Amino acid sequence: MENRSLVTIAEHSKEKILYLLEMAKQFEKNPNRKILDGKVVATLFFEPSTRTRLSFETAVNRLGGRIIGFSDAATTSSSKGESLKDTIMMVSNYADLIVMRHYLEGAARYASEVAPVPIINAGDGANQHPSQTMLDLYTIYQTQGTLENLNIFLVGDLKYGRTVHSLLMAMRHFNPTFHFIAPEELKMPEEYKIYCRQHGIKYIEHTDFTEETIGDADILYMTRVQRERFTDLMEYERVKDVYILRNKMLEHTRPNLRILHPLPRVNEIAYDVDSNEKAYYFQQARNGLFARQAIICDVLGITLDEIKE
Amino acid sequence: MEKTNKQALQVAALRNGTVIDHIPSEKLFTVVSLLKLQEMDSNITIGFNLESKKLGKKGIIKVADKFFSDEEISRLSVVAPHVKLNIIRDYEVVEKKEVHMPDELRGIVKCANPKCITNNEPMTTLFHVVDKEQGILKCHYCEKEQNKENIKLL
Repeated sequence: MENRSLVTIAEHSKEKILYLLEMAKQFEKNPNRKILDGKVVATLFFEPSTRTRLSFETAVNRLGGRIIGFSDAATTSSSKGESLKDTIMMVSNYADLIVMRHYLEGAARYASEVAPVPIINAGDGANQHPSQTMLDLYTIYQTQGTLENLNIFLVGDLKYGRTVHSLLMAMRHFNPTFHFIAPEELKMPEEYKIYCRQHGIKYIEHTDFTEETIGDADILYMTRVQRERFTDLMEYERVKDVYILRNKMLEHTRPNLRILHPLPRVNEIAYDVDSNEKAYYFQQARNGLFARQAIICDVLGITLDEIKE
Repeated sequence: MEKTNKQALQVAALRNGTVIDHIPSEKLFTVVSLLKLQEMDSNITIGFNLESKKLGKKGIIKVADKFFSDEEISRLSVVAPHVKLNIIRDYEVVEKKEVHMPDELRGIVKCANPKCITNNEPMTTLFHVVDKEQGILKCHYCEKEQNKENIKLL
């Protein structure tokens, strides 16, 4: 049987990405359907992630499926030393699909190789988080009407930020121009710049974050600059207030500009931005529901034609 | 005269089997364990710290009545890529083989990422060779790249 698991977005072709976005659009029109009637979905969260879990579970519930699972590995037999394989094999007996989050990198790949049912990777350590990338792509598509030829500005922690790396790789199909805005210590890693050059992705690096820098942005993707990421705390003190977006910086930006953030936000977007119509991070989180409904249906073999109304 | 004797000693005759030559001395015992020679019943001669113009000191292994598969030989590519194999039949070298880096390395290399699933679960590691020239490997599971120089064997 073909393994329909979703482990990383990097495996998806341009056509497949556009297909999934079209599916998400259908679910945005109507997220409440009985497509998963009689199906059981397991959500196995070996590491807590309330936001992602609630989004997946809402997606299943609104499609009429049932949910089993756990939200913290401390309450399961993996705390007794059970291997991941054994847990996955056991749960595969009960569920039609497994959504899993794990603290170890490569856990979802391995699970997809041993499990007889499809696996959706809901985050494996610092490695991949494809449903976040899908919702980011959907949000960009929804707000700009296209994914092609956009100026995308990534701001903040570009070194450890898993979401910006995945987004960068998924956008390779759409001729973007990236601007990387980060402090010296959190710059985009060399391997991703090599990736850009290999795939003909244009990028410009900045260390300053000002109104002038973001003048021609279509998408401003903000991330958190975390104190614990710095080896030099003097450097942290120096830059911590530099990468904060304030409402007055948006005055001369493009009208189509939208501000995204994977959330949770701490202080990198000032609260006065929230009421600006360019602020889009809460709608972005809502899109997680539709993107995940599309992913769930796709791995279960449910096609776009079947969900069109 | 003395020199010839030493030469003779280094390549003492093997009727049938494989001579693995030009092994860097410090890799000799790694090669032994990669080929699982300690589990074999064949007559095996292992030369260690022999003189070599190319390597300074080299190792040599002669295994009687054993012809390694390409898969077995490719395991050596990570530690000793310049090793030469002479296939001997009836005292004659009938074939010379070199080591080629395979596209995949299964169950040979340990992932350097402590947070990789392969270091935390009873399972076989798998690496994709992304650059044969520079010896860059990518873990199939955690997707981290590692350089040949820093590779740890299982």
